[in-house]
Amino acid sequence: MHKLALMLIALACLPNVAWADSADAITTNKLTTTDGRVLYQTLCQACHMADAKGAEGAAHFPALSGNPKLASSSYPAYVVANGFGGMPWFADKLSDSQIAAIVNYVRTHFGNHYTDALKPSDVTKVRPSEESIKPIFD
Amino acid sequence: MPEHETAATRRQLLSRIGAVAGAGALYQAMTSLGHAAPSDFVNPPKLSGARPGTSVLILGSGLAGMVAAYELQKVGYKVQILEYQNRAGGRNFSLRGGDTFEELGGAVQRVGFAQGNYFNPGPWRIPYHHQAVLHYCRTLGVELEPFVQVNHNAYVHSSTAFSGAPQRYRVVDADYSGYVSELLAKSVNQHALDNEISADEREHILQSLKSCGMLDASYAYKKSDLTSMRRGYEKPPGGGLDGPSVTSTPLSRGDIFSSGLWQAISVNSLLNHQTSMFQPVGGMDQIGKAFQKQLQNVINLRCKVTAIHQDDSGVSVTYTDDAHGSATRVAKADYCICTIPLSILSQLDIQVSGSMRAAIAAVPYAPAIKVGLEFNRRFWEEDEQIYGGISFTDLPITQISYPSTKYFSNGKAVLLGAYLWEDVQAFRFAGMTPAERIEASIASGEKIHRQYRKEYSSGVAVAWSRVPWAMGCSSIWSEQRRKDHYKNLCTMDNRIVLAGEHASYIGGWQEGSVLSSINAIEQLHKRASGVG
Repeated sequence: MHKLALMLIALACLPNVAWADSADAITTNKLTTTDGRVLYQTLCQACHMADAKGAEGAAHFPALSGNPKLASSSYPAYVVANGFGGMPWFADKLSDSQIAAIVNYVRTHFGNHYTDALKPSDVTKVRPSEESIKPIFD
Repeated sequence: MPEHETAATRRQLLSRIGAVAGAGALYQAMTSLGHAAPSDFVNPPKLSGARPGTSVLILGSGLAGMVAAYELQKVGYKVQILEYQNRAGGRNFSLRGGDTFEELGGAVQRVGFAQGNYFNPGPWRIPYHHQAVLHYCRTLGVELEPFVQVNHNAYVHSSTAFSGAPQRYRVVDADYSGYVSELLAKSVNQHALDNEISADEREHILQSLKSCGMLDASYAYKKSDLTSMRRGYEKPPGGGLDGPSVTSTPLSRGDIFSSGLWQAISVNSLLNHQTSMFQPVGGMDQIGKAFQKQLQNVINLRCKVTAIHQDDSGVSVTYTDDAHGSATRVAKADYCICTIPLSILSQLDIQVSGSMRAAIAAVPYAPAIKVGLEFNRRFWEEDEQIYGGISFTDLPITQISYPSTKYFSNGKAVLLGAYLWEDVQAFRFAGMTPAERIEASIASGEKIHRQYRKEYSSGVAVAWSRVPWAMGCSSIWSEQRRKDHYKNLCTMDNRIVLAGEHASYIGGWQEGSVLSSINAIEQLHKRASGVG
């Protein structure tokens, strides 16, 4: 009971604590690089794999290598910002420049040879509202 | 410090603590802030009047699927489960020495743990108020033991505070509450809060701050026997000629507040982390195994579902039967409970309303990483007197959780060496090879425990986004998406109803899976028995 004051005060400054069983990180790690390759390796290859060939389990992670959906750069920009199905949104982790860098990197590597570059200002247009991606934290 | 003073101080302390009655007020405050919302489980479903022989096909043999099968079978439904894996249990899962684990991308880990050691890559702790899970543990005879979450002698660590030296949790806990109390007492005594509080309240507040903050008679938090009773002594009290204790010096106020280490206190104080917590003896998968025993001849392993259709007469589910030459088969039933994670279900051909399909596609999954590290000896116990509990750090691993079992035993032991959720580091770890994840976990952990490299024996690193049968750890809802989609996800659609942690307000916990399953079978039963 001698923790009362302490806990009431602590409640006022709750960190990033998800209601879900989560890792309760006591700091968040912000990404600052705009190097598309580094960003791909840091975020995308978790699912799309280092060679961008995707993977097949009970369902699949799509290959980005040779994927016709990359033809228009605004589509991958939308997906990175907003998420798609089980893929999380990254708008809360990445700036417009970083999303543009990832899209441009993927569209010019892994056997993709698109020549039109996506501008950060194009990403702004597809960015979700903050409200729509505000995770449920208690 | 002279002995008579010590004794007086202790008596003083006890009487002060006795004077404060705060537990009820605390709970009330937390409830009104929305932080204390225990699971709403009261009883398992009472399903009466089932039409004998009504068939239910259940997709997935995690806890949601097995709870549904167990309860429905009990009241006369004909149930069958299709399971993608070669094992039942879903994310209720433990790895032991000799196990093999293959992830997407093809990396295969052979777990090298010693006999009897295990690691829970998925769920690992059960809060006391998760009464639905605890109900089934009790019913099925799953032996539970305490899971230690809060350990005052574990560490809190920041790479940028105190020159990177880990601090004991109790020290930060004591100094943080001490300084907060001291500052607040100062403003009360300087009449800074006179507009807020009455004279009576003023006295109560001062009294409580003195007690809760270990403040002295002049409301100061400083080196004393009193503060050492909470934060620990420089030299603890002993016996005989070694009896006298030496008090410890509090860390500086500025350092405490700038360190950020107080976040660990906040994390530990959450309802979901409060004492008591439990774990099954011998691994979390004991729960799944206990259900499995009740469901002989019900669970069909290695069945990969590809399509889920329904019409007015029933449901038909197409699957590849990998246990029998990968034949394509169609299973038919009157109803279907689908517990397949949305990360997978959103890619399958499922014949439900547009609004349910939209809900299925609206929920992303956290990548989440857990790394189990086995060491040659329990150096955290032997050298540092840490028995269970969690050390928190700002390094990528976020925490180290020590085994809450077999204390003081000799030989190798496994701890949780990393638990990342969905921050940038979690994605980064998921993109590494298992060996790189283990190395990164050791590189972080050795900053807290210098024994790490020397005592390391073996490890296993599970990245949930690469788990072939889950493709993500658990659902991440946003407030907006929950508003738009949650009801559509959970409402039975003709003959199909969904269940799993994703269909609950307790995401990422087994309790959510179980409660959603109970709600699903209640909806199904209502429909099937023509009631309501």
